[in-house]
Amino acid sequence: MDFPILSSLILLPILGAIFIFFSKSNNNLTIKYLALFVSFANFILSLYLWYLFDTTTSEFQFLEERSWIKGFINYKVGVDGISILFIILTTFITPLCVVSVNDTIKNRLKDFLVAILIMESLMIGVFCSLDLVVFYLFFEGGLIPMFLIIGIWGGEKRVYSAFKFFLYTLLGSVLMLVAIISIYWMTGTTDVTYLYNIGIDAKYQNLLWLAFFSSFAVKTPMWPVHTWLPDAHVEAPTAGSVLLAAILLKMAGYGFIRFSIGLFPIASEYFVPLVYFLSLVAIIYTSLVALMQEDMKKLIAYSSVAHMGFVTLGIFTITQQGLEGSIYQMISHGLVSAALFLSVGVLYERIHTRLINNYGGLVSIMPKYAIIFMIFTLGAVGLPGTSGFVGEFLILMGAFKKSFLVATIASLGVILAAAYMLWLYKRIIFGIVINEKLNKLKDLSKTELFILSSLAFPIIFFGFYPEPILNTTEVSIKYLIEMYNNNINLNLIENK
Amino acid sequence: MINLNFIYSELFLALSIMTLLIVGVFKKNSSILIYNLSIISLLICLALIFNFPINENVELFKNSYKIDYLSSFTKILLISSGVFVLFLSNKYVQIIDINKIEYPILVLSSILGMMVMVSSNDLILFYIGLELQSLSLYVLASFNRDNLLSSESGLKYFVLSALSSGLLLYGCSLIYGFSGSTNFFIIANNLTESSYGLTFGIVFILVGLAFKISAVPFHMWAPDVYQGSPTSVTAFFAILPKIAALTIFIRVLYVPFFNLINDWQMIIIFLSIASMLFGSIAAIGQSNLKRLIAYSSIGHMGYALAGLSTGTNQGIQSSITYITIYLFMNLAFFASILMLRRDDKYFENIEDLSGLSKHHPVLSFSFLIVLFSLAGIPPLAGFFAKFYIFTAVLEESMYFLAIVGLLSTVIAAYYYLRLIKIIYFDSEKEKYETNHNIGLKMSLLISTIFILFYFIYPSWLTEIIQNIIII
Repeated sequence: MDFPILSSLILLPILGAIFIFFSKSNNNLTIKYLALFVSFANFILSLYLWYLFDTTTSEFQFLEERSWIKGFINYKVGVDGISILFIILTTFITPLCVVSVNDTIKNRLKDFLVAILIMESLMIGVFCSLDLVVFYLFFEGGLIPMFLIIGIWGGEKRVYSAFKFFLYTLLGSVLMLVAIISIYWMTGTTDVTYLYNIGIDAKYQNLLWLAFFSSFAVKTPMWPVHTWLPDAHVEAPTAGSVLLAAILLKMAGYGFIRFSIGLFPIASEYFVPLVYFLSLVAIIYTSLVALMQEDMKKLIAYSSVAHMGFVTLGIFTITQQGLEGSIYQMISHGLVSAALFLSVGVLYERIHTRLINNYGGLVSIMPKYAIIFMIFTLGAVGLPGTSGFVGEFLILMGAFKKSFLVATIASLGVILAAAYMLWLYKRIIFGIVINEKLNKLKDLSKTELFILSSLAFPIIFFGFYPEPILNTTEVSIKYLIEMYNNNINLNLIENK
Repeated sequence: MINLNFIYSELFLALSIMTLLIVGVFKKNSSILIYNLSIISLLICLALIFNFPINENVELFKNSYKIDYLSSFTKILLISSGVFVLFLSNKYVQIIDINKIEYPILVLSSILGMMVMVSSNDLILFYIGLELQSLSLYVLASFNRDNLLSSESGLKYFVLSALSSGLLLYGCSLIYGFSGSTNFFIIANNLTESSYGLTFGIVFILVGLAFKISAVPFHMWAPDVYQGSPTSVTAFFAILPKIAALTIFIRVLYVPFFNLINDWQMIIIFLSIASMLFGSIAAIGQSNLKRLIAYSSIGHMGYALAGLSTGTNQGIQSSITYITIYLFMNLAFFASILMLRRDDKYFENIEDLSGLSKHHPVLSFSFLIVLFSLAGIPPLAGFFAKFYIFTAVLEESMYFLAIVGLLSTVIAAYYYLRLIKIIYFDSEKEKYETNHNIGLKMSLLISTIFILFYFIYPSWLTEIIQNIIII
């Protein structure tokens, strides 16, 4: 492979951002089209990557390696079946974010788009870097634009939320940095593919696993360190919430699969009960909390925590179904939560309130909206025929293989999800119109309809035809599990 | 016959100080001329360092003066940051009316003192260099003599610094008593096992040095002096003496006392942890930018000391890398502060930054870069500085130090974020003037570009610094 396609994917948005930053144009529309063009070009490029991707091998593809800090760290990127889908999700969501930006972000639209494009680059970087230090760089670098997005363009309590978001995630990740450097001194490398082959001494795995876990758990977010997420979501502008929910949270899930399970299999096996426990609490507890929310965005934020609970549960079943289901669930949640936040954004732009009580009876005023919101609600519930179903079903299948009790409790979460989502839908869309302001509302504009239906399409499509995603991930996950079991067995033999 | 061409730069600087002094005395109203001539003589001085192969290793004057890679590299850092500091304070000294001929000459003589200090291989020569540097700094701190705060800071610095110099000198005499020499090489040969007297001597020397780089618990002077001195002098204080003191720290610990590493390692670790924690916690409540950067620099010195405490070449190199990147970050920070001017008045309170991004997007952007870099967020240069330090620290399995250090970066991140919040999230105030002198703009541009794009090719600095081998 001569053409450095992954580096181009990372660089293109940054170049676009630099160009936009220095462009003299003050016309918001021109700038928006420019950003849209750049992010859409990146989407096409990533589709081309998927087209070229070979699903029959678990090897890393499109590898690029360059000396970066000489004799120490190499810039190494590559994708396998696990990471490629996240890259496509990122490049798919970003142009939608750009389109969705409208009058709500009146001032400094240019800076906003620059921040979003830089965010895109960093997120793609996270998913394709194959060196721990490079990964850390992208992982942490994302804090800067996100902090600004929440802080500058956010709601009333934006400062508090931005600080909370930044400090929580930073605190989580510094321990990961200690772990990364320690790995370097133990093994002499931070190259992930090389580390997969040589393995890490079983003695140290538990501590290293915990250090990585502290970072990923905050980012996922898992109970009890999830409290930054509702705040950040509520205060962030719509496009920021979308990026946060659809992609940022997936970085941690991806990190669990790639690093926690891949690098520290023995520790992962040891800590499985812990993760099960935290995931179950996340599923049940945050679902109950979501049930009681009065703010739509907060409700969706808590539902995100619950959905990510399913993801972590699926990952640590360490079965083919569980892992595939987790990835599926992450993609699906990326689409659904993005769609839900955009839908809430549509309402918020019209009457500037997010309180559920202020709505009701929208079905007669905004029929198109009611239909499309129904699709997303059902997607979040996990109704068969939407992508959410496939993910949750696979995860529960994996969980049943490992533990009946865990799977049963997790299934309760599905019911709770149906409860809070359908109740939300009922309160907003059905009933009588109490708030008089609602009568003046216009139904979806063409742009909004376009954005939302381009999210609704894949949600339904992947609900009926999961083949493309499962096919892409299958071989890589099989290899990961094989490697994992080999390591566990080797360790058992050594201990005897 | 001693080969003098190795110390051409020092000789040239000494001669030009005297010449400039004479010119300044006899020629009326020559302050601007002297100012420009000092910059030129520093540049010539910089060129003279490259007069011989830089990796040469020579001892002069009966082994009491050492030219090696470390000293040459530090001299280059010192002189070039001296040039930058003079560049960026050009207009400032004129506006607040401290542009006397003595100002640049004192800067030059302080740099000369530092150059002697970093090359010294003998306790006495080291002390002479240190005092030449300090004496110039006392005067510089109180240079704005009509200002109460400035006079206070000069006096405060003088009294406390004299005390620490006394302790240092006492330590030197103890060392001389126990080892029979003041030369670093001979001390190193004679000292093989520790005794109480020696430990006392080392502790006294360390106290003196810790005072110079304002490590906790010898930091008390820093916030007041930083705040009281004219901003251009604060920039000087924040950068140059730290570089020089850190270098001599390395030289003293690793040449004469390396055999006694068990005696001093704990002390350095303590200084480091205390500085990191104190620097990050105490800065939270500050309202003056210069005071804030004083606490921040206390914290940063803690990280540099963490690298020193390892006892390896890796650690030394990481400290030098740290101080190099720190230099650029502080330069950019002070250049940004010096741009806050309205109607010939300079603003230095945190509230004055409120909503800066509305009217001054470029200046705010460089503030943003500098502050995130000081907080150590990747991919900016400040992250790499910390990364190298912790790599060296973890190589020696000092987990406690590494974890405390990293946690204190999280605490420190809070007050840097607070500044960013004020710049970007708060409501705007009046506009500041934008007609700055070219030197100030260039300094800000160069340092911001360095910080922002360092990550693209970080090897170049590591490759240079890799040649610094002490042990």
